[in-house]
Amino acid sequence: MDLFEYQGKQYFARYDIPVSPGGPADTVDEAVREANNAGYPVVVKAQVQVGGRGKAGGIQLADDEAAVREHAGNILGMDIKGHTVRRVWVEKASDIDEEYYVSFTLDRAEKQHLMMLSAEGGVEIETVAEENPDAIVKLHIDPVDGLTAERARQACVDAKLPERALDGATDIIVKLYRCYTEGDCDLAEINPLILKPTGEVHALDAKVTLDGSAEFRHPEWEDFKGLTEMDEREQMAAEKDLQYIGLEGSVGIIANGAGLAMSTLDVVNQVGGSAANFLDIGGGANADVMAGALEVINSDDSVQSIFINIFGGITRGEEVAKGIVEAMGRVDLRAPIVIRLDGTNAEEGRQILLDAGIPADKLRSEPTMLDAARAAVALAD
Amino acid sequence: MAIFVNENTKVIVQGLTGGQGKYHGLRNRDYGTQIVGGVTPGKGGQDVEGIPIFNSVAEAVDATGADASFAAVPPRFAPGAILEAAEAGIGFVVCITEGIPAQDEALTYNRLVRDFPNTRLLGPNCPGIISPGKCNIGITAGEIAQNPTAEGPNVGIVSRSGTLTYQALYELKQQGIGVSTCVGIGGDPVPGTSFIDCIREFEADPETHAIMMLGEIGGSAEEEAAEYITASVSKPMAAYIAGVTAPAGKKMGHAGAIVSGGKGTAQGKMDALSAAGVKVGLNPTEAGELMAGIVKTL
Repeated sequence: MDLFEYQGKQYFARYDIPVSPGGPADTVDEAVREANNAGYPVVVKAQVQVGGRGKAGGIQLADDEAAVREHAGNILGMDIKGHTVRRVWVEKASDIDEEYYVSFTLDRAEKQHLMMLSAEGGVEIETVAEENPDAIVKLHIDPVDGLTAERARQACVDAKLPERALDGATDIIVKLYRCYTEGDCDLAEINPLILKPTGEVHALDAKVTLDGSAEFRHPEWEDFKGLTEMDEREQMAAEKDLQYIGLEGSVGIIANGAGLAMSTLDVVNQVGGSAANFLDIGGGANADVMAGALEVINSDDSVQSIFINIFGGITRGEEVAKGIVEAMGRVDLRAPIVIRLDGTNAEEGRQILLDAGIPADKLRSEPTMLDAARAAVALAD
Repeated sequence: MAIFVNENTKVIVQGLTGGQGKYHGLRNRDYGTQIVGGVTPGKGGQDVEGIPIFNSVAEAVDATGADASFAAVPPRFAPGAILEAAEAGIGFVVCITEGIPAQDEALTYNRLVRDFPNTRLLGPNCPGIISPGKCNIGITAGEIAQNPTAEGPNVGIVSRSGTLTYQALYELKQQGIGVSTCVGIGGDPVPGTSFIDCIREFEADPETHAIMMLGEIGGSAEEEAAEYITASVSKPMAAYIAGVTAPAGKKMGHAGAIVSGGKGTAQGKMDALSAAGVKVGLNPTEAGELMAGIVKTL
């Protein structure tokens, strides 16, 4: 789950990471109220999950209430790279001496945590990595050991942060590591981490991705839901706990297992079609899950045919078949289904579909993945 | 021969009294796997269809001489279950649990490496391992796997995805090709066993004559495997990578399957494997056919 900047800052605050005083606003009046609370000058920042907000005019400095009204009015509703701004974050403007970069993420190749720290913050870290890779200090952290203040401080020295920033930066880095680990982040990034003329160091931006698998131990994440950037189909699928990603094509896809679902997209593409979605019903899916998946697909107007690709392991063929029969009784499916069913209890499943007496123009079975893909693509044309 | 597990492997099931553990544990036993016990804290002394339940892995190992474990427990208990098995001296732990937080997974992996170097973890979030005709631990439907023959040629399979593993077994069975061992390493960010671990074992296994590999987008495990293959593998290989059409920045179901910052693309992985001399198919069927072509020449 990707957090908006303001949510990331709220999350940082839980771990005592200093951020600027401010608040979120959905209307111009709310923005003015937050600005008055924070104290002028303030910065009005568009809350969208896409880079390049500043260039698009989504970040503006305001010296007084009139300026806040003007900028908030302009930014709310603004389109930034296809994302509509529904909320702004208004915070007290900071005097900036220097800008740094720090982040924590998992290095999958090394199977350890990776901290990246640079004295060249405020720009895309990818750009720094390309143009001046030596300016980024990389530190691997064994999760068993954790990160000590000594190592964090040494990294600051290695990154050539000035002496007067060392205490503040070390403190924030240690807190950010705690936020990253105890807070179950896939990514915790501060860019820029700023040094003020007063010598204080604090987080001017926040980029946080939470690990959805850890939701069970974070009731506080409930606050971050809603206002996430999902289209209607994705919203509906999320409510049914389905792994769904909306795409642009016309063949609706339902498969069990992420690998097979990806492969199904690939095969549809190879035989000249295009998928309307990625949908993994997961392992052990039962009839109810299959029915829910069909409902989600059915809600997508661009779907012209539905390709159900199941290879049973944990998922049992008879459950899949029951789900299809149930869904066809529950919802009026607009598009015809092509199914390929193999693996655990596939025979029973095929028999259930046969016994249900569904007309052939509504549902047909194909023996292989390729045959089924061709049939589904032909129906979608 | 086979890799990691064979007809002598004695398996306990952690979570045998739970729904998934019972269903698949019993199926594994029906397949012929030596399922010698189950572990559920507080249920010691009971049995599941004749399989004795123990309160701890240590007790189960003492009583049965088990050397492998099948961990089928919910995400929040899985790291503890894995470490308990390692502590009890189990050498091979198969964990099928999906949805373990990445932080826990990274911690568990590094703890194993440091404190229990003799324990190999397969998974988590993996379908398990099958040495056809000998041993099946996990959720693979055994009947889709073709038994290997004494004279060969037999293929070893390693895969990052569960259902693609079945697809691969199925494709080879369609071609009448025997499988020495099929290992599903799982689609999580920190798998206990890597492509390279499996390929190294297959290379050393006299009963394996060719290797089939199924990868997917995200991370760099396939690229690392390609480097290893170039340097150290003499047996012929075929591969398939899922996710050619996956859009960047979207997690495709598996926690590990994401193309980010232009890295981890299917094309990059296919190119790396091709350069290492691996025959790469554009879909699982084509990879199966490529493997059939290889086997004919052996």
